[in-house]
Amino acid sequence: MLDLEFMRLAFAAGAVVGVLAPAVGFFLVERRQALIGDGLGHVAFAGVAAGILLDVSPVLVALAFAVLGAIVVELLRSRAGAAGDQALALVFYVGIALGVVLVSSGSGLDANILQYLFGSILTVTRSDVWLVVALGIGGLATIGVLYRGLVGAVVDEEGSRVAGVPVDGLNAVVAVLAALTVALSMRVVGILLVAALMVLPVTAASRIAWSLRSTLLLSMAIGVGSVVAGLTIAYYADLAPGGTIVLVAAGAYVATVSAKR
Amino acid sequence: MTGAQDRQSGVSLPGGGDTPAVELRGVSFAYRPGVPVLSGVSLSADPGEFVAIAGPNGGGKTTLLRLVLGLERPLVGEVRVFGRPAGSRSRDRQIGYLPQRARLGGDAPVTVREIVSAGRLAPAGVTGPLRRRDREAVDRAIGRVGLEERASAPLRTLSGGLQQRALIAKALAGEPALLVLDEPTTGVDAESQESLGVLLEELRRELGVTILYVSHEFGAVEHVVRRLVLVRGGILFDGLPGDLPGVWHDPSHRH
Repeated sequence: MLDLEFMRLAFAAGAVVGVLAPAVGFFLVERRQALIGDGLGHVAFAGVAAGILLDVSPVLVALAFAVLGAIVVELLRSRAGAAGDQALALVFYVGIALGVVLVSSGSGLDANILQYLFGSILTVTRSDVWLVVALGIGGLATIGVLYRGLVGAVVDEEGSRVAGVPVDGLNAVVAVLAALTVALSMRVVGILLVAALMVLPVTAASRIAWSLRSTLLLSMAIGVGSVVAGLTIAYYADLAPGGTIVLVAAGAYVATVSAKR
Repeated sequence: MTGAQDRQSGVSLPGGGDTPAVELRGVSFAYRPGVPVLSGVSLSADPGEFVAIAGPNGGGKTTLLRLVLGLERPLVGEVRVFGRPAGSRSRDRQIGYLPQRARLGGDAPVTVREIVSAGRLAPAGVTGPLRRRDREAVDRAIGRVGLEERASAPLRTLSGGLQQRALIAKALAGEPALLVLDEPTTGVDAESQESLGVLLEELRRELGVTILYVSHEFGAVEHVVRRLVLVRGGILFDGLPGDLPGVWHDPSHRH
C-alpha cells in the first residue's frame, strides 16, 4: 500500500489533519460551539467555488473565506449580543447560498467541486501536502504556545476577562485556527464531514480522560488513529476514504461510551 | 481589639491610604431605557472589608457587582475600584471573580490544579508554561482552601462545597486585592456553607483581601460578616447584620 506515491501523500496529509482537527475542535467543544466547523465548512464551500471560478488555489481562497467567516461569527457573538447559534446560522446560510450562486454561474464546475464536498485524499499532490504540513504545524505550534491562555478563556471566560486576560484576542485565535483546520481538512474528509473530525475524537476522549490535558492529547491520538485506520480500511475494502475515516472516529466514540459503562 | 478596629483589621493593605477598595457614587443603571435596575446608589468599601450584599432576586445586586467588575458601565455616576475607574486594568490590583454558577466549559474533565492554574493567567501571561513563581502561587492557593490532597482530582468528582473551594482557589491564584463572589452557596450543603464563611473570613484576616459577597441569602456568612448591604433598586440597609430590621430578615437564617 505504501509503495504507492498517492497513498504516502494521503497518509502524510491525513496524519497532520488527524492531529490538528481534534486539537482545535477541543476548544470549540469545550465552548459548546461544536457545530462551528460545519458553519465554516459552508463558508469554505463558497471559497472553493470562487477559487475554481477565478482559477486560483481553491484551498487558499477557501481559507481566506473561512477566516473571514470565523471572525464575523466571533464578532457577532461577542459584540452584537447575538446568541452563538444565531450568529453561526447567519454565516452558515450566507456561505452556502454564495457557494450555490458561484457554482451555478460557472461551467464545468460541478465535477470539480465534488472533490471538496466529499474529500479526495487520494488525489492530493506533493504541493498540497506541503501546504497542509506547513500550515498544520503552524496551527499546532500556536496551540502549544498559547495552551494555558486558550484553556483559561474557555474554562471561565468572564472570570478571565475580569482579571485582565486578553480574552477577545484568544477567542479570535481559536476562530482563525478553526477556519484553518476546515480549509486544510477539506481534501482529506470533505467539507460535509470536516466538523466530524473536529468533534468526534474530542467527545470520545473526554469520556475516558482524567484532565483537560489528557483529553486534548487523547483526542489527537484518536484523530490520527482514525485517519490511519480509515485510510487503510478504505484502501483494502475500496471504500470512500473520507467517510470511512469519520465512521472509524464514530466507532471510537461508541467504544469509549461502552467502555465507560 | 475593639469592634471598629477589628472590622478594618490590622493587616497591611494593598494600596492602603484613604482610597476605598470599592466606591460607587450616585450610580444609576438600566439595561433597557425606562426600566431602572439601580438608581442613586452610593456605596464605599474599605480595603480589607468583608461586605455581604443581599437582596431579592432581580433587586439589582448582580448588576451592582457587574458594575464593580467593569462588565457594565453606569448610566449616571461613577464606579471606582482602588481609586481607578472600574474596568481599567491594573497589574498590581488583581480582581478575583467567581461568577454565578461558574460556567466550566464543556464536558471534558478538568482537574483542581488545571482550574486553579487558569486563575493565574493574568499575572503569568498567556504564553508558554507556568514559571516556578506562578506554580508556587497556584500551590499556595490550593493549600489555602485545603485541597492539596485532591489537586489532581477531576473537579466533577468533588462535592458542591469542595468544587466551590476549588473555584475560590482559582480566584486566589492571581493574588487578588479584591475578591468578588456571586451566589457562591448555590448547590452547596448547609455544613459546607458554614465552613465557606469561615474560610472567607480567614482569607480577609490573613491576606487583607477585600471581599464582596453577593447572595440572595446570607446565612452562610452571617456570623463572620460585619457589614450587610441590602439592595433592591437602591440601598435599603447598610450596617451590622444584627441591626437589620426583623421584616427584612432572611428566612433561611438558622440560629
